[in-house]
Amino acid sequence: MIKLSAVYALSGLVFAAFAVLSAMDANNRKRFGNAAFWGLVAVSYLAGDRLGDLGNGVLVLGLAAVAGFGLLGRGQPATTSPEERKALAERFGEKLFIPALTLPVVVAFGVLVLKPLEFGGAHLLDPKQATPLSLALAAVIAVGVALILLRQPLISPLQEGRRLMDTVGWAALLPQMLAALGAIFALAGVGQVIGDLVTTWIPMDARLTAVAVYCLGMAGFTIIMGNAFAAFPVMTAGIGLPILIHKFGGDPAVVASIGMLSGFCGTLMTPLAANFNLVPAALLELPDRYAVIKKQIPTALPLLIVNVVLMYVLAFR
Amino acid sequence: MLTLLGVATVVVGFAVRLNPLLVVTIAAFVTGLAAGLTPVEVLEAFGKAFNENRFVTAAYLVLPVIGVVERAGLQERARSLIGRFKGVSVGPFLIGYLAFRQLTSALGLTSIAGHAQSVRPMVAPMAEGAVEARTGELSDQTRQDTRAMASATDNIGLFFGEDIFIAIGSILLMVGFLATSGIAIEPLHLSMWAIPTALAAFVLHAGRLLLFDRKLRRSAGA
Repeated sequence: MIKLSAVYALSGLVFAAFAVLSAMDANNRKRFGNAAFWGLVAVSYLAGDRLGDLGNGVLVLGLAAVAGFGLLGRGQPATTSPEERKALAERFGEKLFIPALTLPVVVAFGVLVLKPLEFGGAHLLDPKQATPLSLALAAVIAVGVALILLRQPLISPLQEGRRLMDTVGWAALLPQMLAALGAIFALAGVGQVIGDLVTTWIPMDARLTAVAVYCLGMAGFTIIMGNAFAAFPVMTAGIGLPILIHKFGGDPAVVASIGMLSGFCGTLMTPLAANFNLVPAALLELPDRYAVIKKQIPTALPLLIVNVVLMYVLAFR
Repeated sequence: MLTLLGVATVVVGFAVRLNPLLVVTIAAFVTGLAAGLTPVEVLEAFGKAFNENRFVTAAYLVLPVIGVVERAGLQERARSLIGRFKGVSVGPFLIGYLAFRQLTSALGLTSIAGHAQSVRPMVAPMAEGAVEARTGELSDQTRQDTRAMASATDNIGLFFGEDIFIAIGSILLMVGFLATSGIAIEPLHLSMWAIPTALAAFVLHAGRLLLFDRKLRRSAGA
């Protein structure tokens, strides 16, 4: 069975290559900062399970220090000029889309065909990790397709990958760091404290008020925690179950489902959901870190109100 | 109550735009210490959770291939390709992408598109190209607005499609949570009740995309 550890080994090697190429990049004034940052990520992937908890903690401090003290620059690997790209685009035409579209095709193949595949009772892919495994497989195949079809230099996947990685920069590690912060919040019982605050101070005698508090609470709590999954157990244990379902007799499926989607409205509005909201701004080279969030708020807020109405109408049929 | 200091640290740190990695690390210590842990215990818990969440960052494995096709001119091609379809305006184009993202996510194919693998190399350049074909050279502000809108559309399509699929993480979480509270529920029921919100999200965001389109055309005409 192929497990997630294979993806980690591959990631480790790729980040190690980014680190080495960064160190050799004379055009980047902060090249050793980049080398250290991506090097630490490589160590995490290759040896994270052997470092111990304290070792991993120190590694995270290292990442935060490199990023926090502004030691991270932007690599300048030799690449094609805008004019050359225009000419290449003319020459290759629609062939250029093939490697990029190989990714979704292989991911779909992995999830739909390889995931259920068994040999003598053993799964080919770890069924719980089929998506990341398929994505890694797709990434490798697509690189091969691109190199053959477009005849680019053999080193170009690593150099161009490093260029994009530096474009994302420290933001690349933020989602993982926030997930770790979520674990600390859980350990300290932060969710419970907030849930108690909400249920203690807001009267919920009327059904509509209770629905509104639950939905808005899911969104608000998700904004604070960055993750609807963290908000759901707290808000549902505090309001959803005792009040909406038990006191007012609401349909649990409707309450839970629309409650979670109210949380997703919150996800659209928080910088703490970094992989959805901040990483894209970096990837698209937008000067305003919050540009994507600002475009999402006018959809998220009315949708949140729609959710309140939907739950009120559908849960108590 | 003291544990909420960590949340406050995050809010203030992000608001004043300190480096978020530093903010998150400080918040972890503030929260842990307020909860009575020693600094070493906080560091251990933080490191352990970081290590367990490595799959989050492994998604960047798609960057090498995206970089290679960009080197060979994919963005330029995507931009000029859309310009050849004179009838396609940015609003309907992004509405089409929204529908694609919602429908495929509803089938469980959440990872076949995304910001790194489709928005940056294809969707954003095509959206820019669609605007360019009608209004000529883009101002920096319009370019940034169009890109941000493309990313926002990807997120909205993903979020309000994935919950219709019965084996997605959030559905499993809900089933598990309700089961421990003594309520047995079929995943199918949860995913069915995600459909009304999904439709509302489509209508709302599609409407906004049409308004966005019209605003760009007006400002170009003026």
